[in-house]
Formats: sequence, C-alpha cells, structure tokens
Amino acid sequence: MVSLTINGLQYAVDAEPETPLLFVLRDTLGLTGTKYGCGIAQCGACTVHLDGQATRSCQVPLESVGTQAVTTIEAIEQDAIGRKVVEAWVALQVPQCGYCQSGQVMAAAALLKQTPRPTDGDIADAMTNLCRCGTYNAIAAAVRQAAA
Amino acid sequence: MHPRLPSSAPSRRRFLAGAGGALVLSALLPARSARAEAQGPAEGAGALAPKPGTRVSAFLEIHPDGTIRLRSPFVEGGQGIATGMAQIVGEELDVPPSRFVVECAPPGPDYAVVNGIRMTGGSFSTRSSYETMRRLGATARDLMIRAAAAKLKVQVGELTTRDGLVLHAATSRAIPYGDLAGDALKLKPNPSVPLRDPATFRYIRQPVPRLDVRDKSTGRAIYAIDQRVEGMLYAAVQHAPRLGTEPKTLANADEVRAMPGVHSVHRLPGAVAVAADSWWRARKAVEALRVDWSAPKPGGIDTVAADFSSEGMLAALKASADPGHVAEEQGDVAGAFAKAAKVVEADYDAPYLAHAQLEPPSAIARFDGDGTLDVWLPNQMPEVFQAVSAKVAGLQPAQVRIHSPMLGGFFGRHFTYEAGNPFPQAILLAKATGRPVKVLWSREEEFSRDAVRPLSFSRFRAALDAAGQPTAIEVRTIGEGPIGRYFSMMMQTPVDPSAVEGIVEKPYAVPNRRMTFTKVAHPVNIAFWRSVGHSMNDAFYESFLDEIAQAGSQDPFALRMALLQGSARHRTLLSTVAEMSGGWQRGPYRIEGGMRARGLAMASPFGSETATIAEVSVEGGEARVHNLWIAFDPGSIVNPAIVKAQVESAAALGLSSVLFEQIVYRDGVRQSQNYDTYPVLRREHMPKVHVRIVESGAPMGGAGEPGLPGVPPAVLNAVAALTGQRIRALPIANTKLSAA
Repeated sequence: MVSLTINGLQYAVDAEPETPLLFVLRDTLGLTGTKYGCGIAQCGACTVHLDGQATRSCQVPLESVGTQAVTTIEAIEQDAIGRKVVEAWVALQVPQCGYCQSGQVMAAAALLKQTPRPTDGDIADAMTNLCRCGTYNAIAAAVRQAAA
Repeated sequence: MHPRLPSSAPSRRRFLAGAGGALVLSALLPARSARAEAQGPAEGAGALAPKPGTRVSAFLEIHPDGTIRLRSPFVEGGQGIATGMAQIVGEELDVPPSRFVVECAPPGPDYAVVNGIRMTGGSFSTRSSYETMRRLGATARDLMIRAAAAKLKVQVGELTTRDGLVLHAATSRAIPYGDLAGDALKLKPNPSVPLRDPATFRYIRQPVPRLDVRDKSTGRAIYAIDQRVEGMLYAAVQHAPRLGTEPKTLANADEVRAMPGVHSVHRLPGAVAVAADSWWRARKAVEALRVDWSAPKPGGIDTVAADFSSEGMLAALKASADPGHVAEEQGDVAGAFAKAAKVVEADYDAPYLAHAQLEPPSAIARFDGDGTLDVWLPNQMPEVFQAVSAKVAGLQPAQVRIHSPMLGGFFGRHFTYEAGNPFPQAILLAKATGRPVKVLWSREEEFSRDAVRPLSFSRFRAALDAAGQPTAIEVRTIGEGPIGRYFSMMMQTPVDPSAVEGIVEKPYAVPNRRMTFTKVAHPVNIAFWRSVGHSMNDAFYESFLDEIAQAGSQDPFALRMALLQGSARHRTLLSTVAEMSGGWQRGPYRIEGGMRARGLAMASPFGSETATIAEVSVEGGEARVHNLWIAFDPGSIVNPAIVKAQVESAAALGLSSVLFEQIVYRDGVRQSQNYDTYPVLRREHMPKVHVRIVESGAPMGGAGEPGLPGVPPAVLNAVAALTGQRIRALPIANTKLSAA
C-alpha cells in the first residue's frame, strides 16, 4: 500500500509502484477531472500540482510521490488563486470542448502562485499545454484577468 | 464522353436537403422503435407517428424547481450547440437558457431534425433545426398556457408568460410551468402556433453564456472516458501494425495472463486485447503480448500493402489518366484555351491528416439481464452507432441503448469508420467475458487507427486573355472523399461532393469552367475532417487564383474584386476584411524589425461565406503567422460569442494543418505515434485572430467549420508574396523557406 495526500485527504493505494499518478487518480480513486491525453508529457491535460508545482501526472510514478501534497482540479476552487483562475475562465468563456481545460486551469493557477503578475513571456513559458480547439488567446486573456 | 450538365453536380450544400437522399439513409436507420410507438398518443391523437421535432415530451422535461431538461438531437463537442438549443427553445418557451440542462437524446425518430436524418456534423445543426426547435418551444409554451387556462378557469387570451410562469394579470396569479407540465402534455398540440416576432428576441442573437463552461473549468464535465459502470473490466488493445492484417499466434499469452490484475487475453479483428482490473494493468499486459501478425499483400494500393506509402499513393493519383466524371461544366473551355494569350498550370496536393482531438476514444459495453445492450461512446450519429452495435452484438437495434456523452473534441472524428473505433471491440469483449467492458485506446493506438482526412490531389489549368483576365479554368480532382466511402447510396452522380467541394460552385465570374472528379480509392480508413473537402480544396483553388493574378500581372485583391462584380455579398466581405486589416496591402513591408507580407483568400463552405487575410513572416526557414483577419457571413446567427469562438477555433485548426500536419505512411505503417511525431498548433504559433460577423440576411449557414478553409490559402498566398515561393504540396513544414 502506498500512502498519498490528495486535496488534503489521506489515501492508501494498492497498485504497482511504477503506475503513473494519473491513472491512480482517475481509475483507482475516481478523480476523473484530471485527463489522459497523450501519456508522454506532450499535451498537459493531466496537469496536477505537487507541492504547488504544475506537474504532468502521466510522468509521475506512484512511488515517487512520497509526502508531496497532490492537488487536483477537483480542489482548485478551495484555493484563493485557483478560484480567481476559474472565475476568469468562466467570465471569458474560455473552454470549447473543454477536455484540456482542467490541465490549463491547473497550469495557470501554478503560474499565478509563483508569479502573481506574469508577463506575456511568463505566460508563454508556463502555459504550454495543447488545446486542439485553439483557445490559446482566450486562455492568455483569462490568465491576465486572473492576475489583475 | 460524359453528359454535359447544366450546372454542377449535387454539392454538399444541397446534399442533405434532397428528400431522396434522406429516404435512402432513413432506410438504413432503425425503423421507428417499438418503444417509441408503445408510448402511444403522448400529446393527443395524431402523436403516434410524429414528425421529427414536434413531440414535446420527447424533448422537454419541466421540473417543479423550474429547471428544464432538454434532450437535444445534437451532441455537444465544444461547438456550443447545447447552449444554442437552449437559446432557441428558451426564446419561444419563454424560459431563460440558464435554466436548461441539455443532454444528447437517445436514438429515436423524434430527433431526425436534419432534413429527415440525425447527425451532428456538416455544420448543419443550427441551420437545419432552427425553425423546428423554435416551433417546438412555441408549441410547449402554448400547451402551458392552455393547461393554465383550464386550471384557472379563464380564457387563453387573458394569459401571458414570463420566465417559466404563466401569468393571469387580472387576478395577479402566476403558475410555474413545472406545476402545469403534467396536464399540459396531455393536451393536443396546436400545429400552427405563432412564433415570436424576432424584434422581441431576448436570447437569440445574444452572446448568452455557455451552459457548460463552469463544469469544464472545474473538472466536473463528464466525457465518455470518465464513465464507469458497476463491475466493469478495463481493456487495452494492440492493433495490427498494418490495417487489414490479423493476429495469428500469441507467443506468450500464458505469461501475460499471469501479470497483475489481468482477467483475460483476447484476439479481435485486426487487434489483440487484454481485459484487467485497471486500464494501466491492461495496457502494460497488452503491450507485453508478442503477436505474430498475418502478412500483408506485398504491393498495390487496393490494400495497405507491405510497401504502401503516402508518397506512392500520391504518385498513383498523379498517374491516373482516367478522365473521370464532370463535376461542373460551363461555357466553351476548349475554345477559351485555344484563344488564350497565356496558360497557367499547377498541381496541388495535401496529405492525410489525423483528428488528434484531445480525448482518446473509448467505449463501454454492457449486456443486461434481459438480453439488451447498453453502449456509452463518443459519437456524432447515434442511430448509426445503434445499428452497427446491434449488428456486432447480434441484436436488433431496438435492443441497444446508446448513451452519448459530451465529446472531448471531434472535428469529424466520431462517425463509425469501420475499424476506426473501439466500440465494436468493447461489445465483443463484453460478450466474451460476460462482464461490462470499457475499451480505451492509448494515444498511440489512436494515431494508428484514427480515420484520416484523405490525401488529395488536383491538377489546375487556366486560360488568360491579353489583359490578364482568366477566361477559363479547368480542374481535375483525383482521389476519394468520405461521402463516397460511407454514404455513396446518397450520391445521385458518380461525383463525390466531399472530394470536389471548394473547387466547384465558386462565386468568381470565370466564364468557361470544367471540373472533373476521378475516383481512386484509398486503402486506408478515410474520414470527415473539419471542413472536409474544403480543408484542402480551397487552399488549392485560392492559391491557384493568386498564381493566375501573378501570371496576369494583377493584384490578388483587385482580381478577386473584378471577378466578383456580380455578387454584392462577396464584394462586401472582401471590402470588410480589407478594412479590418487597415486596408489591403500585400507587401512585403518592414514592421517590428522584420519583413512581412499578406495573403488573401475567400471560401464558401457549408452555406456561409468567408474572406480571410493572413500576415506572415519567415523565421528560421519557417512561416510564422502574426495576424488573421476573418470576415464571416453566415447569413444570420443565434449566438455571436459562440460563432466568433468557432471561427477562431476553426482558424487555429486550419493554420495547424497548413503549417505542420501530416500522416505519412511508410512500408504500410503510419509514422506518427503521438503528439511528438504529429505536431499540432501550440501556443507559440497562435496568431491574433480578428473576427467580424457580417449578417447579410442570406439563409443561415454553418458556423463550426467555415472559419477553416480560408486560412490555409491566405497563409500560402502570404508566403508567396513574402518569399516568392509558391508552395503546392502541403504542409508548409515540408519546404524550407527562404528568408524574406
């Protein structure tokens, strides 16, 4: 059994140590807000926070999580900055199909925690998740609005 | 010889409008289900065989708390159709759209509102159902008023409605719809209920917020991939490296069966599968299977042979000498070429493309105790998936329930496409294991089996007079389109409209025209892909039009204006896009320390019209697009915010395709496995996109796809203006651009 702290709660998980955190979240624990997109850290749909850092959970083996606090999209509104990000996403009507947007919101919240007033360059560096609906401009505008 | 046609062959625009086609397809579809008929006269006599879109109880549930559940004929996949339907029905029902909960309806004859069939595609949803759904809302409102009149013992004329209440002003009484719904649905609907005067619209034509945005911003939206059912097994598959080959022997099945969590190992058509207690375990196990696959044919293009390549396929299209069938013919083409002062010729080609939607496909199949089957899966055409599921399961369509959750992107991905979908595998595995099974394709399996936008080829010729004006244009299109592949029974001529759209029915006054289509079938699984034939054909045609301009020493903008003398609608769009961009200037010009140029293109996709200008520079041998200006005329609209978002989204996909995208086959195998080997548009490539909606008042056109086709040629024309390089083989990434 591996012990995990996710969204402030303790979980004991029985899975192979190399199992990606992504699938532990989705299939073992039923936290399906975090999405599987590519499995090779290209798309960012699986982005969660590990101790506040945006991390692609498809590349995090269960055994490497240790005592780091895992935050997923399900708890993002419990965080003041996360709530501002969500409200900006809603106000600017960012999502289209929406499948990548959990990861986008998590990436934006992590960026604003570290850099409350990001430049366009900061946004370009931090917001590298793919969006096949091409909502990139709306995403950048929402990040700026959440930072304002 | 082929008969000379007075005008073009049936185009996509008219394709689904004809009753003949609709009848043919409805014959394929399950007959009106026993269940629907058993429900009997839900709304009075005559409700037994309802006209699609008229039976209120099939669409609306009105709850005591004031919420409205709308069973939509359409599936939501990012295009905003759920919100649009709530606006249209809510407008006439007199209920704010925000009170609607919209879900995709199950299969059933009530929902065949797209000219007699049901699909979410072809940018048809809003334009085909607008009147029907307005009338549905108005009919339901009328039922509420009449139920209230009976309850209050007053005349109908004394009652009004407001926000889901029936009001009797004289006595200051108000009854919520939720309290009336039971009685109201027993009344006979009034077939000639008046519709609201558009001047009084409160929701239609407004940027009403989308109903699903908060759920999609907080991880609460549920897609097919997120669903689970009690007792289900997870399954992962490994497909044959080449489409059409089969698993012969499994060298290590016993070892794999002993891996953690593994339930069973299976052979499937063209694939092997492992069912396990988690998807990750299933995937590890199926990838550990050592499979001996049957041998492909050594060569040829009738199957995916051992030596099949996209390069070889293109060569086969180019080599075809078959004169094909006339798609459009006007005037005296041979005479015009005989008198030409100059002849321009060019060949254009575009590659296979993947949909690359972010949600990998999945499906859950569950056989129930009574012998019926439930299937949860992403789809754009529930009745067809029901029919195919029934066939795979050995059941009647009425024994199959299809559940259609929202789509994590589709762009044409979710038609049945034979081997291109996991649901038949889920059904076979559920049958084999006696358990509900969820099949999820890894991203790699999706790239190996996604049905692809066909690789395409067209050969252009134009005759110019001494003044540089085009007097004739001739185009040979050789290949295959998805309508011919999957819906050929609906075609009235041998010309596949999805192969030639964007080349025929242009608005330009070129007096002599001859366009032909020669079918050469692809051995691979081909698909509809956002804007379908327009996705490459407008790139070809509009690029070639710039070649004509160059050969005739004309400015591309001036040439188009001249060729559009007869169409005020198109001239308005052209002027609008020029004004949006600060006045037409082709360049090259210096700005921000570098050289840029602009390209122009028009397109007439899916009943809408677009004019697009792209501004491009070259950095490190690659094209960089800085701005896209798009003037968009869909005739009329329902939600301007959603329309603008769709145009920007389609533009991004068009840009992605022209810059980077290609599925390449080598030795029968696709060379892309994931997003690292199939580059798509990233944030750093996203230009500013300026969209202006021009409502000409023409019949309503589509909105989801039409923003795309103008973008690739605008970019190609800008690249030519900047570098002098005319790119005729897509994508641009295959050509090293010279610095400007």
